[in-house]
Amino acid sequence: MTALKSLSAALMIGVAGLVAAPAMAELNIVIDSPVIEPMPFAIPTFVDEGGAGDYASNISRVVAADLAGTGLFREIPAEAHISGVTAFDAPIAYNDWQAINAQALIVGAVQASGDRIVVKFRLFDVFTGQPLGEGLQFAGTPDSWRRMAHKVADAVYSRITGEGPYFDSRVVYVAESGPKNQRQKRLGVMDYDGANVAYLTDSSSIVLAPRFSPSGDKILFTSYASGFPQIYLMDVGSLETRSLGEVPGTMTFAPRFSPDGGTVVFSLEQGGNTDIYAMDVGGGGLRQLTNAPSIETAPSFSPDGSQIVFESDRSGGPQIYVMSAGGGEAVRVSGGKGRYGTPVWSPRGDMIAFTKQNEGRFHIGVMRTDGSEERLLTASFLDEGPTWAPNGRVVMFTRESAGAGGQAQLFSVDISGRNLKPVTTDGPASDPAWSPLLP
Amino acid sequence: MTLMPKALLLVAALGLAACNNPDRYGAGGPGANAGGFVDTTGLGDPNDPRSIAYFNQSVGDRVLFAVDQSTLSPEARVILQGQAQWLATNSDYAIIIEGHADEQGTREYNLALGARRAAAVQQFLGSQGVAAGRMKTISYGKERPLEVCSEEACYSRNRRAVTVLSMGSGA
Repeated sequence: MTALKSLSAALMIGVAGLVAAPAMAELNIVIDSPVIEPMPFAIPTFVDEGGAGDYASNISRVVAADLAGTGLFREIPAEAHISGVTAFDAPIAYNDWQAINAQALIVGAVQASGDRIVVKFRLFDVFTGQPLGEGLQFAGTPDSWRRMAHKVADAVYSRITGEGPYFDSRVVYVAESGPKNQRQKRLGVMDYDGANVAYLTDSSSIVLAPRFSPSGDKILFTSYASGFPQIYLMDVGSLETRSLGEVPGTMTFAPRFSPDGGTVVFSLEQGGNTDIYAMDVGGGGLRQLTNAPSIETAPSFSPDGSQIVFESDRSGGPQIYVMSAGGGEAVRVSGGKGRYGTPVWSPRGDMIAFTKQNEGRFHIGVMRTDGSEERLLTASFLDEGPTWAPNGRVVMFTRESAGAGGQAQLFSVDISGRNLKPVTTDGPASDPAWSPLLP
Repeated sequence: MTLMPKALLLVAALGLAACNNPDRYGAGGPGANAGGFVDTTGLGDPNDPRSIAYFNQSVGDRVLFAVDQSTLSPEARVILQGQAQWLATNSDYAIIIEGHADEQGTREYNLALGARRAAAVQQFLGSQGVAAGRMKTISYGKERPLEVCSEEACYSRNRRAVTVLSMGSGA
């Protein structure tokens, strides 16, 4: 479990402005425009300012992969570069970068000594011949080098798209192995791009649907460890785990944190009937939020904590409803044909992502919180369980293939429906949950 | 709300796995022993009406359900009446009723649906005189299909509630 260190390791990020230049608005991508031509960018290998070794090239590569991975940027390979960058503060040969049509240029430098690495970068708008925003500097321990790369890429992405950052984040998920009728499951956690995997449990019990706390240091999940499905709370740093809200003779599952981290909302089944309950994260203060003979499950808070979106089959098939965080009357928001489930409120508050089943196919979709503007992003034999990137721009989900050899895999897609792609994992994987942006 | 050390969790999991049905997850396949499973030798002679093998095979340890439904069919009621009679005669056994769903549905919904099915069986067996203290239910949702194809022929066998015998009257 040594890889866990990197999650809890103090990343001392000193952010220092290097250049006080006003941001020019020339260079930008509007993600919601109907057609997107990926923006060409160049990122010469970061300058080694002493002791950087492989870190300079490794960090440059991760920055490039983050940006290109969004589908919004296209890297111009080093072989095409006319100029090199040999010093961080050297004047930029804009003509040479214009000649190869690099619209954005990222110049960086890395310095390493002892247990400290310093990474700095500057972003240039090649065609206006201006820096875009201030240079920034990040410092941390060598084992957090990928985080520093993600921080650089996040800054570039945000400046050009105007969207919030999301690369410096983690995903907790279920790593799967074994045949379909005897699947082994254990919790894994990794960087958003699949790197730095650590396993949090072994495969001795079925584990399902882990969820990060708003501060990213705790995980709620469902486990059969006691023999029966129950909610557990794990501290990510120590792996200390305890059961939550045990009520004998009941099954508890589908837990999620409230935005302030103080409340857990979840499903509790008793005598065959499943309703939504809330309790304090300490386990006390159990309260029932729905009271119906139908199935009520998959609750998710709005980011302001005032409302809960959930799934219910009270009208026959499963549909999506919104109620006050205290419970009470619920309003149905899904209106289309088919079955709707696993609603998740966007961290920006503007959308709900969901799973839809219709005519034998599964879809991941998004809609406004009142159910309008439904947009299906995917279609396959089995897509389910979306989770939002911290910036509310990308969702990750589980896709499972059909048949005896069917396996689960993680995919991500932009909420425009573009850039659908698998997420690299060690093996079959399901039930992803995105962390908040790391500090 | 006590802290539960990992070792204790593992013991509890193994405790549950030591039930007497080799077919409760899959057809006794190689994975069936992964959870510390007993082999079939403990099930007794299928011709002995007091044996677990007889219960599983001749009485019938499972009932099937329609898509999204937890209603017991007339066939299911006949099987469950047989289970209740067998349990009345063989009072040393307690049962765990496992509810399962096919893979067409989300994980959460299928967990709830499996619980509904298990509860439907529990309520029916209760109405047939099986003491509440002898029965427990558990839902596996779509986590443990019996059949692995992605067609209705398999789905229909996966939408099931299985009555698993264990020693002890459940007190």
